Amino acid sequence: MSLLGDTKNWVEVRAEGVFIKPLKAYIDPVRPVERALITHGHADHARAGHGTVIATPQTLDIMALRYGAAFTNNSLPLPYGERFTDNQVTVSTASAGHVLGSAQIIIEYKGTRLVAAGDYKRSYDPTLTPFEVVPCDIFITEATFGLPVFHHPDPVDEIAKLMRMRALFPERSCFIGAYALGKAQRVMMLLRQAGYQDPIYIHGALQKLCDYYQSQDIELGELLPATAGQRGVSNPELRGKIIMGPPSALGGTWAHRLPDPIISFASGWMQVKARAKQRGVECPLIISDHADWPDLLQTIEDVNPRETWITHGNEEALLHELTKRGRVARALSLLGYESESEE
Amino acid sequence: MKQFSQLLENLLFSPRRNDKLAHLVSWLKTASGDSRGFGVAAITGDLNLPHVKGKMIRDLASSATDEVLFALSYDFVGDLAETVSLLWPKSEVPLNSEFSIEDIVSQLQKASRKEAEHYMRHWLDHMPQTQKWALLKMATGGLRVGVSARLMRLAIAEAFDAAIEEIEEVWPLILPPYHDLFDWLEGHSERPNAEGRSVFRPLMLAHPLEEVDRQKYELSHFHIEWKWDGARVQLAASEEGVKLFSRSGDDISAAFPELVQPLGWQGVLDGELLAGTPECLGSFNDLQQRLNRKGASKSQIAKQPVFMRCYDILQTGQTDVRDLPLKERKPILQDVVADLPQTYFDLSEGVEAKGWDDLTLLRDQCRDNPLIEGVMLKDKNGPYQLGRIKGQWFKWKRDPFEADLVVLYAQRGHGKRSSLYSDFTLAAWADTDTGRVLVPVAKAYSGFTDVELRKLDKFVRDHTTQKFGPVREVEPKLVVQIAFDSIHRSPRHKSGVAMRFPRFHAIRWDKDCEDAAHLSELEHLVT
Repeated sequence: MSLLGDTKNWVEVRAEGVFIKPLKAYIDPVRPVERALITHGHADHARAGHGTVIATPQTLDIMALRYGAAFTNNSLPLPYGERFTDNQVTVSTASAGHVLGSAQIIIEYKGTRLVAAGDYKRSYDPTLTPFEVVPCDIFITEATFGLPVFHHPDPVDEIAKLMRMRALFPERSCFIGAYALGKAQRVMMLLRQAGYQDPIYIHGALQKLCDYYQSQDIELGELLPATAGQRGVSNPELRGKIIMGPPSALGGTWAHRLPDPIISFASGWMQVKARAKQRGVECPLIISDHADWPDLLQTIEDVNPRETWITHGNEEALLHELTKRGRVARALSLLGYESESEE
Repeated sequence: MKQFSQLLENLLFSPRRNDKLAHLVSWLKTASGDSRGFGVAAITGDLNLPHVKGKMIRDLASSATDEVLFALSYDFVGDLAETVSLLWPKSEVPLNSEFSIEDIVSQLQKASRKEAEHYMRHWLDHMPQTQKWALLKMATGGLRVGVSARLMRLAIAEAFDAAIEEIEEVWPLILPPYHDLFDWLEGHSERPNAEGRSVFRPLMLAHPLEEVDRQKYELSHFHIEWKWDGARVQLAASEEGVKLFSRSGDDISAAFPELVQPLGWQGVLDGELLAGTPECLGSFNDLQQRLNRKGASKSQIAKQPVFMRCYDILQTGQTDVRDLPLKERKPILQDVVADLPQTYFDLSEGVEAKGWDDLTLLRDQCRDNPLIEGVMLKDKNGPYQLGRIKGQWFKWKRDPFEADLVVLYAQRGHGKRSSLYSDFTLAAWADTDTGRVLVPVAKAYSGFTDVELRKLDKFVRDHTTQKFGPVREVEPKLVVQIAFDSIHRSPRHKSGVAMRFPRFHAIRWDKDCEDAAHLSELEHLVT
């Protein structure tokens, strides 16, 4: 499959990522480059050390929080809906619905529009503005959950499952593993909406990003550090309480302070029971910040591009299905995006 | 089905045995009627739904999606029932959670193959996903929720306040949905008994002998025998006829018609099934030609003879002798075996050893006889009890063989290991016309810890050179020390040899693959 005739000369797929030639910029480059367009703040998409970073103001804030203010020499904020033009290329952004600040990057050049959606989702997320459909010629999609087995259930029902489990074991604490950017805050909002008003105890790794969400007027309720009590010793005050942290926190001595925890993990991968089992998860929460299979297909129908390029994840199945539907599609086989890990 | 699917999910995700037990007990107390009995059978693997097999589920799957998407999904999920339950198209009809296991099982048991498929479709269209999963797991057998039949029996004992020994004893006498069992447990009838029937009795098992045991116990208290490398069997003879059971209680009579001829004797014998005749023993490989078959032809019986080497007796005539000490059971056994056809039955002779040192020497010599795995030690004063009783029976196996092999391929596991590269193909060096090459000699997928498995998985992902579906070829650089029980000639394998029970002994991150074993060293160990 060849690239669209008119993109051959100005878009290239390189080891660093998708390269927009007249702009001399890469989209989500996996190693430091002169000029980077960043879709969102997750570490595998937003890396430190680029010369110039073009991203939404929130993504730039998040990168500064994670890497320090010197994460780039020059940052160029591009809020949703605003435009930036250089060498006949117009760049703009639209909400991707993935995490706070996440954007689809829209590139227009000589009458052709390319949209790099980055990671995105269509399902309900109280912390975000929803995904915006931007019709285009070339749509670059992820495929993290690009298999027909992925039908993410309603996150509200998933939280209800957790609440039932807590009622069954009132003496136990409850640890929810969740990715520090986006997932953790979304789960907190869902807990609040389910009527949980107690303080949520958080691992230190969540602090900065939760503070940032709250500074953006996203109300997460009372959060307390889960560091009370003695290291390595179970803290009885945490019985019956919800504690949140990155999934990796469970491996450390930090977790020893949790009294007999119900282990929960909020992730799209929890759809596969063997995965949940493997991680020792007792209460899997199928809550994902990515599009599931029906939403990937629906989004491509909505955007209706002339060509669909698939960046990372389970691209083989999506490529197959799109081709079967008579769409022009190709897998870019980009490396370096950690679709298998924390999501 | 709602309750049962919830139970299965709880069991699957409870890491602790005691939590599983608690889930089972609470379900047993609340489940009712035949839904309880069929649920128990589904979990213990005793539910037989003749028309619903993997093949039908695959057919159902192919109607739900196309072949490519199914293959990719199955490869990812690693479990057929779960894959289909997730792939099943969203139904237009409202969901219904009210199907009972009782109805499902009785309908499937009465149905023809075609009807069964029709029912399955109907249920899949109407059930929520977790129930679909439970239905498919139940229908295909092998629930894999980490509950052994033993744990289920413990749960039954606990739920009904009965002794586990009694449940074990009764278990072989009953069939799903276990009316006799529950009637007895609920006080409506007598305990089912084995009188006049040829049924399996729970076996007495041995603990491995540890270093400390040799200090703790006086050897003279034990009767010593060779540990024969065959298959443990139990023979039960009654008015019902003669039956042969495997270690797990499966009726394997059909595969060994020569052993279940009328004997003119009634009772129960415990022993080892071996290939060959008492005068001329065959290898374990020979025995395997006869095991796991549905029957045996006259020519097979003639070409691959087998016999039973008896080492204990549980019943003779109508007399249960299990409470007698071993030293009194042995003479009874001797008399009984003397009257049985000598081509098919003999006695496991005792071994004399003056002390632990003497026995250690004898055990080391086992290496020279591939049919002897080590020695058995049995308390002379002990009764025949079910299960592994501390200090009663010990097995002391000879040390396994070891070899350093190179990891060549890795494949993702199934179930719990479905996203981890956990099945390894291992190679040794061989000289060929084209030079020194690595040839696969074994596949191993056990012997490592969960932490080691994650490291192995990372190694595979970081060193992949090619992918073939779920299999990855890796750079030949990781050496693992493999332990194995024995090695045999095998024309089916390219290397010409096959190992028995190869497992990881140690991962040698430090070792260079140039130093791995040579095929000629392994051939030297062939028995």
